[in-house]
Amino acid sequence: MSKVRVLVGTRKGAFILTSDGKREKWDVSGPHFAGWEMYHVKGSPVDPNRLYASQTSGWFGQVIQRSSDGGKTWETPGGEAMPTPGSMPAGASNKFVYDVSPSTGKPLTTHQWYDGTQHPWEFKRVWHLEPSLTDADTVYAGVEDAALFKSTDGAKSWQELSGLRGHGTGPKWQPGAGGMCLHSILLDPSNPQRIYIAISAAGAFRTDDGGKTWKPINQGLKSTYIPDPTAEIGHCVHHIAMHPSRPGVLFMQKHWDVMRSDNAGDMWREVSGNLPTDFGFVIDVHAHEPETIYVVPIKSDGEHFPMDGKLRVYRSRTGGNEWEPLTNGLPQRDCYVNVLRDAMAVDSLDSCGVYFGTTGGQVYCSSDAGDHWAPIVHDLPAVLSVEVQTIR
Amino acid sequence: MIHVILPAHLRTLAHVDGEVAVDVKGPATLRSVLDALEAQYPVLRGTIRDHVTLQRRPFLRFFACQEDLSLEPPDTPLPDAVARGSEPFMIIGAIAGG
Repeated sequence: MSKVRVLVGTRKGAFILTSDGKREKWDVSGPHFAGWEMYHVKGSPVDPNRLYASQTSGWFGQVIQRSSDGGKTWETPGGEAMPTPGSMPAGASNKFVYDVSPSTGKPLTTHQWYDGTQHPWEFKRVWHLEPSLTDADTVYAGVEDAALFKSTDGAKSWQELSGLRGHGTGPKWQPGAGGMCLHSILLDPSNPQRIYIAISAAGAFRTDDGGKTWKPINQGLKSTYIPDPTAEIGHCVHHIAMHPSRPGVLFMQKHWDVMRSDNAGDMWREVSGNLPTDFGFVIDVHAHEPETIYVVPIKSDGEHFPMDGKLRVYRSRTGGNEWEPLTNGLPQRDCYVNVLRDAMAVDSLDSCGVYFGTTGGQVYCSSDAGDHWAPIVHDLPAVLSVEVQTIR
Repeated sequence: MIHVILPAHLRTLAHVDGEVAVDVKGPATLRSVLDALEAQYPVLRGTIRDHVTLQRRPFLRFFACQEDLSLEPPDTPLPDAVARGSEPFMIIGAIAGG
C-alpha cells in the first residue's frame, strides 16, 4: 500500500507527517532538532529513506543532518567521534567555503549591497537541499549568500560550483528582503547536464554542462522596482517549478508576476491572467497534469498575507492565464498568514495530493488536486518548507 | 580534565547533558580547549568557531571565573581554576529578544 511522508521545516524544528494513500489519518513525528530553524528537509528520489536536512541558527551557524531510515534517526555526516583520541575530524558537513580566484587567491567576486555599494560574499545558511535524481550520496545545496554547492559523499563535504558566481554578473546580484539566497534548484530528469537555479534578487540561471558554466535566463521578466525593469540581472524570483515530463517548460512566481517559459528559460511570458494579485511565493505543478499549476496569491510586497483575510489556492488547468480559486476547507475569514517559497509540494499518487504550510503553523493537504482541503496540523511553528515523498 | 559548559542547543547537537569534560594536552588556552572540544565532539566544528578563520562566532561569548574572555587572543592561558578543573569554561549564547 502506498503512503506519503510530508517533510516539514519550521522556525523551531522539523516535523514528519505520515499517512497511507487515503491521506485522512496522519501520524506526526517531531519536533526533530527542536529549537533550531529547519530551512529544508528533502528525501532522495533514489532511496526514499535517505533524507537531508538543513539545520541553522543565527548563533551556531549551519548544520547538515542526514537520515538513512526515513527520519527515525539522524546523523551529522562526518561528525562522528574520531577513532584516535585527540585527532581532528576530517568531516565537515557544515563547511561551506566559497571558492577564490585560482590566479589571485582573492574572492571571486563581490555583490551589490542594499545601498548600492559592493559587498563581499558571506555564508549564512543553506536554504534548499536538492538530492540527485540518480545517486543517493549526491546532493546540491542552495545557500545564502547565493551560491550552489555539491556533495558527492552523502553531505560529508561540499564543493562550490563556482562557475555560477564567477560567470560575470555577480556584482549585480543583490539581497532581497529575505537575504541573497539561492532557493530553487531544478534538476532536468532528461538531461543530467542541465540544472536550473533561482536567486533572490538576481534571477534565474541555467547550466547545460553540469554546473561548470551558467547563463542568466531572465529575458521577458519585467520588474518595475529595479532601475532597468527588463535588465538581465536583478529580478526577485521567488520560486520556479517544472514538471518532470516536460523539463523545458518552467513556471515562475516572481516577486510580482506569475511567468512561464516554454524554451528552458530562454524567454518568459506573463501568465498572471485573472489572479486577484500576482504577488506570492510558491508555485508548483500537478504530478500528472503538466499544464495544471498552483499558486497562493499574497496581497502585496508590503502586506504578506492573503487578500481579504481569505486563504485561497489558485489553480490553472491551462498552464496559466485562467485561474480558479480553491477554497473548500481553507479559512475564508480573518486569515493573515503567509506561505513561503519552499512551502508547497505535491505527491504522485493517482489522485494528486497538494500540500502547503503557512507561517501560522498549519499544514494543509488536498488529496484531490486542490478541490478539497483539510489541515494535517494546526499549530506548528511557522512553516518554512514542505516536501512530500510518495512511498510505494 | 577541563569542564566546559555548552549552550543548550549545542548540548542537544552533541548529545550530551550538563557539563562536558575534555582532556587538554599542554597549557589550557582558549584555542587548546576548543581544539579538544571539537576533537571530542566533531559535530561542534563550525558552530563555535568559523571553520576556516577559527574566529569566534559573533553571537557567542566565552566566560570563566566571572571574567569575559571573548576578546582575548586564542593563546591566552585560561585561569588556573579552569586548568585545574575546579571552575568551568563557559560558552554562552548572546541573549536577544524580549
